[in-house]
Formats: sequence, structure tokens, C-alpha cells
Amino acid sequence: MKEGNKQRKIHYKAEFMFDLFATLPDTAMLSRMQFAFTISYHIMFPTITIGLSLYLAFMEGMWLKTQNLAYLQQVKFWMKPFAITFGMGVVSGVVLSYEFGTNFSKFSEIVGPVLAPLLAYEVLTAFFLEAGFLGIMLFGWHRVSPKVHFVATCTVALGTVCSSFWILAANSWMHTPAGYEIINGQFQVTSWMEVIFNPSFPYRLAHMLLATFLSASLLFAGVNAYYLLKKRHTEFAKIGFSTAMLAVLILAPIQVMVGDFHGLNVAQYQPVKLAAMEGIWKTEKGAALRLFAIPDQENETNHFELSIPKVASLLITHEMDGEIAGLDQVEEKDRPQVAVVFFAFRIMLGLGGLMLLLGLTGAVARYKKRLFDFKPLLYLSVTMIPAGVIATLAGWYVVEVGRQPWLVQGLVRTADVISPLPAETVAFTLGLFVIVYSSLFFTYLYFMRKLILKGPPSLDVVQASLINPHLVDDDLPATLNPAQVDVGYSQELSEYLKSQKHESQDSQNQEKGEK
Amino acid sequence: MDIALVYLLLIGFGILVYVLLDGFSLGVGILSPLLKNSDNKAIAMKSLSHIWDSNQTWLVFGGVVLFVAFPAAYAFVLSNLYLPIILMLVALIFRGVAFEFRFKSDRSQPWWDFSFSFGSILATFCQGIVLGALVGEMSSGKTMADPVEWLTPFSITTGFALISGYGLLGACWLVRKTEASLQEVAKKLAQKFLFLMLTFFAVVSIWMLVDQPEIAQRWLVLPDSLILVPLPLLSLFFSYKLWAALRAEQEPGLKPLGYAMGLFMTAFGGLVAGVFPYIIPGRLTIWQAIAPDKSVYFTLVGIVIFVPVILAYNIYAYRTFSGKTSMKDGY
Ligand code: HDD
Ligand code: HEM
Ligand code: HEM
Repeated sequence: MKEGNKQRKIHYKAEFMFDLFATLPDTAMLSRMQFAFTISYHIMFPTITIGLSLYLAFMEGMWLKTQNLAYLQQVKFWMKPFAITFGMGVVSGVVLSYEFGTNFSKFSEIVGPVLAPLLAYEVLTAFFLEAGFLGIMLFGWHRVSPKVHFVATCTVALGTVCSSFWILAANSWMHTPAGYEIINGQFQVTSWMEVIFNPSFPYRLAHMLLATFLSASLLFAGVNAYYLLKKRHTEFAKIGFSTAMLAVLILAPIQVMVGDFHGLNVAQYQPVKLAAMEGIWKTEKGAALRLFAIPDQENETNHFELSIPKVASLLITHEMDGEIAGLDQVEEKDRPQVAVVFFAFRIMLGLGGLMLLLGLTGAVARYKKRLFDFKPLLYLSVTMIPAGVIATLAGWYVVEVGRQPWLVQGLVRTADVISPLPAETVAFTLGLFVIVYSSLFFTYLYFMRKLILKGPPSLDVVQASLINPHLVDDDLPATLNPAQVDVGYSQELSEYLKSQKHESQDSQNQEKGEK
Repeated sequence: MDIALVYLLLIGFGILVYVLLDGFSLGVGILSPLLKNSDNKAIAMKSLSHIWDSNQTWLVFGGVVLFVAFPAAYAFVLSNLYLPIILMLVALIFRGVAFEFRFKSDRSQPWWDFSFSFGSILATFCQGIVLGALVGEMSSGKTMADPVEWLTPFSITTGFALISGYGLLGACWLVRKTEASLQEVAKKLAQKFLFLMLTFFAVVSIWMLVDQPEIAQRWLVLPDSLILVPLPLLSLFFSYKLWAALRAEQEPGLKPLGYAMGLFMTAFGGLVAGVFPYIIPGRLTIWQAIAPDKSVYFTLVGIVIFVPVILAYNIYAYRTFSGKTSMKDGY
């Protein structure tokens, strides 16, 4: 490998750091930091809730089908972590829907005609659906029949998937724009089908949905593994752990495959990003797969490279000597921050590999009938609880940073479409978000921990909740515990004993009584 | 009908539904410090826990429809009113997470009560500021380059006006959802807030008439004003009925909330009538700001199909939890 020009600004890095403290970054940089921070924060919660809502729907369906209380116990337990995670997703998401206008006002003006309708469909088909049925799902246990409740749970799950569909269509369009024309500097749509089903959309949707299922499975597996290790709630934990290990075993290989196709799509439409992902500076034939390196943007080279010859070309062009265009295909000003893309990509791949390993270990342990007491597997599961979320974030950093300096690939530059705000103002709000979000995140973790340590309600309590749902509501101060104050209780109980179709009747009576 | 007008109506509808629904949710938060005892606060919050999210979604809806139909207006309003908008969003975070955490906390309950009311009050105040800045200073044609241009005596007054208005809605909601002593407290509060709101709204109206000749022209010169005369009359009627319902001995049920919402609707109608056909008062009319056909028609199809469905299942959700709030709806 040729040496780059070493004389060029050797102390560049140190100077840059110093600058950062001496003067404020410009508005463009601050707005980008704020957007990246707020959306990174937001995406962590949907990543968990999308997968978790499907788990809940699945478990509730199993309960309805088999009438086995153990499944209902799963639903009752996971509902609480789901609820707080969902809440965090909602409050952080509302911020994002306004942030296009606040921080990228010119972008909103010129790209609005393409992106805004997609966001509008997200609101219409997803947000209202989720919000509308969430109330029934969380609080409606004894107000509607079990079937209706199940429908509500499924609807919430459907809503989260619809949400992903539209927002990823919008995001994918920014990477591989299609179906548009530019009139007087404003984007106008020529075909909505082409806009929505733009070239990178199918891959991104599949990859992201799989990422959320995997992340939820890992959370599931980890928490249950913890119970198994501590020998608490073991019967409960076995159901969850077994399901989750099966899910990881199936999903992880699929994710790797989809990711591979996704990579080919990037090679076709965003060759610069691909070069950054692979750390290839000069266009090469038979390019090596760099396992590790420290990319040096200034000197256009890598340090400490550890690579396997020809493999990158093989993976991407399916030929040993296939040519891969390097970063030198475009001018310096059109290149992304290579190091961020390069490392984020490797973090994602590494975690993907670990997930494969976890799935396989689980399968072997199951085959040897040691699924629930093979300690290394249980410890691995516990440590991998955050792996899905981290891989997802890393994946997004590859995608988004790799697209820079473009906001719409090849068409709109990020720096050109920022709101003309004073830098101090954006610095202030960014600081505010960092403070509020960080403290909120610790609060969230505190309550998650609390819920997990408390464990599931016992089967007896679950059984009792079928008759009188209020009994389980131990979150309330004693003076408000309705089991003590609700006079209608004994009547309800006798009705239940009389009738087999108790729940539906119960709710009907309640409705009548309330009108 | 002209598509720009259709969208103006749609956005008006979205904002109105938001103001009416999240208005009472935020209103409960505004009143929460006045409820004193912790159990009362718990019940007041519980009465909202299943609907605050869908109520708030109308805010996202309003924002997004504005983005679809009038991207230039969306960009202008949000970037020029940057700080009050961001502060409102942060305040809504405080309000929102309180619902999730209050009922799972032991020692930190007072903190979540504070987070709930602080968030509600700040969010409402910011919304009032945005409103005041839009109809007040902006129409004077000043630039909004200065980040504190929006903080004027007028916009501060509209901020307080909105707090009193949402407070009234919140009190009426509590009248509907609570019983016994808490209901009595809610009734008293509703009367006080009705008085406050009428005072503030009168001040704001007169201020606008004095300050803005265009609006005065529309309201005070015949024959235009004839069309508008029913609005103030209607608001007087609603105020009277509301007062009577709050003073009556028997269970008032939904009546106070209905009348309070009626009062809001007339005020809102008056506001729209004052600024029409501007989407940004004094700067941009709806016809100048409308987005390309391909975008607005595509979205209109979705709105026409989905909004009725949304309204239907939202009504279903409300009915599922109809009646007085009980603490027994848990999960
Ligand atoms: C529909 C739009 C959309 C969606 C779904 C996403 N992004 Fe994005 N992202 C943008 C739209 C966007 C943007 C508006 O286009 C930004 C703002 C500034 C920029 O350059 O692009 C951006 C920038 C941006 C940056 C900063 C890049 C830089 O300035 O160097 C990061 C790190 C992320 N995003 C991360 C994410 C994550 C973690 C997402 C996961 C959900 C995500 N993005 C989804
Ligand atoms: C720029 C990007 C994004 C914007 C503007 C955005 C906006 C929003 C908004 C406004 C909400 C709250 C809705 C409510 O009030 O109920 C929300 C929630 C949600 N978002 Fe996003 N979002 C973005 C990125 C994403 C991505 C990439 C995904 C998933 C693939 C996603 C999935 C969800 C889901 C599932 C929810 C429901 C709440 C939850 O599960 O926690 N969002 N988003
Ligand atoms: C190990 C095999 C994997 C490969 C080959 C792979 C490949 C890719 C590629 C090429 C991209 C970038 C697409 C672009 O720039 O447009 C990407 C993005 C992404 N990856 Fe992976 N990935 C793998 C594993 C994972 C895992 C295990 C997860 C999470 C659980 C994950 C989550 C994501 C996410 C969330 C994105 C961003 C959204 C998207 O573009 O789909 N990936 N992946």
C-alpha cells in the first residue's frame, strides 16, 4: 500500500478538537447533531416495541387457543415493560415529526411534496391505530371480551409494522430517490409507486423489521435466562427462553442473508458508501476484505490493516478479481466520514455473528436437552440483551453517515437546506435534549430493572385476574385499591361462576351499568 | 371546491380536534396542583391514561397535514418559532412519561405529579405563545430573525389565555369522570376557570381589534360583520349554559364539557374568520403556499378513507372507558 502525503496537516485532529471547545460548531453541524441524537434515541424504543408487540400478540393468541394460563402470565408480565418502552417511543417520536420543520426548514420546503405525504400516511394508518388501541390493550382487560382484547393487541402490533413501512419508505427514498422530477427547485412526484417502492426500500424494510424481531428476542431471551440463572420463576422463564432461542436461531441467519443482499443494493446505488463501509480508498481489482483497520480520512489510507485478500470483491461482485470503486471515485468534498461508517459496519457484522452463535449454541443445548441449565448459554444470553439495539443503531449510522454529505443522495446537500437559526439557539436546544433524554433514559432503565426484578405475577394471581382484574393491580396505593373499595365485586364474581362466557357478559353488564 | 380551501378546512379541523381533546388532557395537568391530595391527583391522571396518547396524536396529524399541504408554511412557522415549539415538545415529554411512570413508582410519585403538571402548563403556555406570535406580531411584517421576537406582551397574554381555557376544559372533563368530593372540587374549579378564560379572551379580542386594522375592518364594518355577529352571541350563550350546568344540583354529566367545547369552537371560528385566507397571517395566503397537486390529492385519498375510520375507533375506545373513572383499570 502506498504511503499518503504525511506532511499534510499532521496535527489536524488535535486542532479540530481544540476548535470544538473554543468556538461553537456552526448551525448546520449542530442541527445535524441534534437530529442524529434525537432520532438515535427514538429508534431504540421502536426497535424493542415492534418485536415485543408481536410477541405479546403471539402469546395472547396461544392463550386464547390453549387456555393455558402460562401464556396469559407471559402477556401480563411483558405488558408492563412494553408499556413504558412504548411510551418512551411515543414521546421521543413526536419531537421528530416536528424536527424536519424546525431544523431543516429549506429541506421541508423543497422535499416536502415527496416526504410529507408518506409521513401523513404513517400518521393515518399507524399512529392513530397504535394509540387508539393501546388504551384498550393496556387498560381494557375487564372492559372488553378476551377476543376483542386480542384484536386490540394484534392491531397495535399491526400499527407498529405499518409505521415502519411508511417511515422506511421515506428514509429509503432519500437514499435511492425515484419517481420524482425537479421543477423550480422543488421536488414533485411523478409516480407514487416508484417513490414508495424505491430500489432500496424492500431491503431496508426487511432488514429493519428483522432487526426489531431479533432485538426483542434477545431481550426476551436475556431476561428469562436471568431468571433461570437465579432459579426464580423457572417455569415461567422456560416458555419465554425456549421461544426466544428458537426465534434467534431462525432469524439470525435470515438477517445475515438479507443484509448481504442489502449490501449488493448499496454497491449498485451508493458506491461511495460501499467504499466507506469496506474502507477502500483507491479503486481496486480483487479488493481485500478489511477485517480491521483505522481509516485515515486526511491521508486517504488505512492504518493497522488486517485483511483477507480478494474476499471483498468476491462478496460484492461474485468474482475474485471483480473491481470495486474506491472512495477516489469522487472528490474529497463528496465523501462521508469513513471511520464512522467503517466501524459502525463492523460492529453490526460482529454482533450479527454473535447472534448466529447464540442461536446455534441454543440449538445444540436443546438437542442435548440442556437448554435451561447450560450456564454459558444463559450468561451469553444475559450479556446480549442490548446487542440487538446496538446493532440497529450501528446499522443506522452506516446508512445515514454513509450518505453524507448528501441528504437526498446526489441531489440535495445537507449543508444547503438547514434552517437559518442562530447557532446558540440550536446549541441550547441540543443541550436541553441531551440533559432531558439522558435523565429520562436512566429513569427508564431504573423502571425496567424494577419490573424485571419484581418478576411475573404468580399463576394464582393471573387466575384471579380473570375473575376480577383489579386484584392484580398492586401498583396502586392501598386507599385506592379497588379490590377493597369496589362494591360491585361480589356480584361480578357470582356472575362469573354462573356463566361460561363470563368475560363477554361481564363487559356487557358493565357497559349497561355505566350508561 | 378549491383544494387549498379543502386543506385549510382539514387543518382547521385537525387543530380544533387537537385543541378540544388534548385541551382537556393538558387542562387536567394544569389543575393537578390545585387538587391537593395525592389520591385525587391519581384519579385525575388515571382518567386520562388510556386516551392521552390518541389525543396527542392529533397534534402530529395537524403538523403533518400542514407539512403536506403547505410545506412553505410548515417550514416558516416551525423554524421561526423554533424555541417555543421545541420547548413545547420537551414539555410534552415531561407530561407523557408521567403517565407511564407515576403508577409504577413508590417514592417518586410527587415528582411525577410535578412532571405532569409542569409539562402540561409549559406545553400549553408555549402553544399560546405560538398562537399569539402568529396572529399578533407576525402580521405586522417584522422579521422573525431575532430568536425572542415572538416573546411579546401580546403572545404572553395569549399564553395565559390558553392556560385558562385548557384549565376550563380539564375541569369539565373531571366533572364528567369523577364523583363525590372530587367532583365538587372540579365544579368549583370549572367556575373559576370559566371566569378567568372569559376575561382573558375578552382582553385578547379587544387587543386584536385595536392593534390590527385589518381584523377590525372585518369585525366592525357592515356588512361583513353581520356574518360574524353570531359567533360572539353563541359564545355568550355557551358561557351562560355552562355556568348554569355547573351550578345545578343534579349530576351534570357531559354537559359542562360539551358547552366548554362549544365555547372553544366559537372562539376558534372567530380566529379563523379573522385571518382567512392567510395561512401565515399577513404573509402567505393558502393559494400561494399550496403544495403540488400530485402530493395533495394522493394524501387526500388517505384522509378521506382513514379519518372516518379513525374517528370511529376512537369513539369506540372512549365508550369502552365510559362512565366514572375507576382505579381498577390496570394491566
Ligand atoms: C425519513 C427520514 C429519516 C429516517 C427514518 C432516519 N433518518 Fe437519519 N437522518 C435523516 C432522516 C432520516 C435526515 C433528515 O435526512 C438527516 C438529518 C441531517 C442529515 O444529514 O440527514 C439524518 C441524519 C442522521 C445522522 C447524522 C449523519 C450526519 O450528519 O453525519 C444520523 C447518525 C442518523 N440520521 C441516524 C439515524 C437513525 C439512528 C435512524 C433510525 C431510525 C435514522 N437516522 C432514520
Ligand atoms: C425521521 C424519522 C422518524 C420520525 C419523524 C418518526 C416519528 C414518530 C412519531 C411522531 C411517533 C409517535 C407517534 C404517536 O404519537 O403515537 C413515532 C413512534 C413510533 N415510531 Fe417513529 N419516527 C421516525 C423513525 C422511525 C423508524 C425508522 C421506525 C421503525 C422502523 C419508527 C417506528 C416507530 C414506531 C413503531 C412507533 C410507535 C411507538 C413505539 O413503538 O415506541 N420510527 N415515530
Ligand atoms: C451480519 C450480517 C449483516 C449484514 C451483511 C448486514 C448488512 C447491512 C448493510 C449493507 C446495511 C446498510 C444498508 C445501506 O447503507 O443502505 C445495513 C443496515 C442496517 N443493519 Fe445490518 N447487516 C447485518 C446484520 C445486522 C444485524 C444483526 C442487525 C440488528 C439486529 C442489523 C441492523 C441493521 C439496521 C437497523 C440497519 C439500518 C436500516 C437498514 O438500512 O436496513 N444488521 N445492514
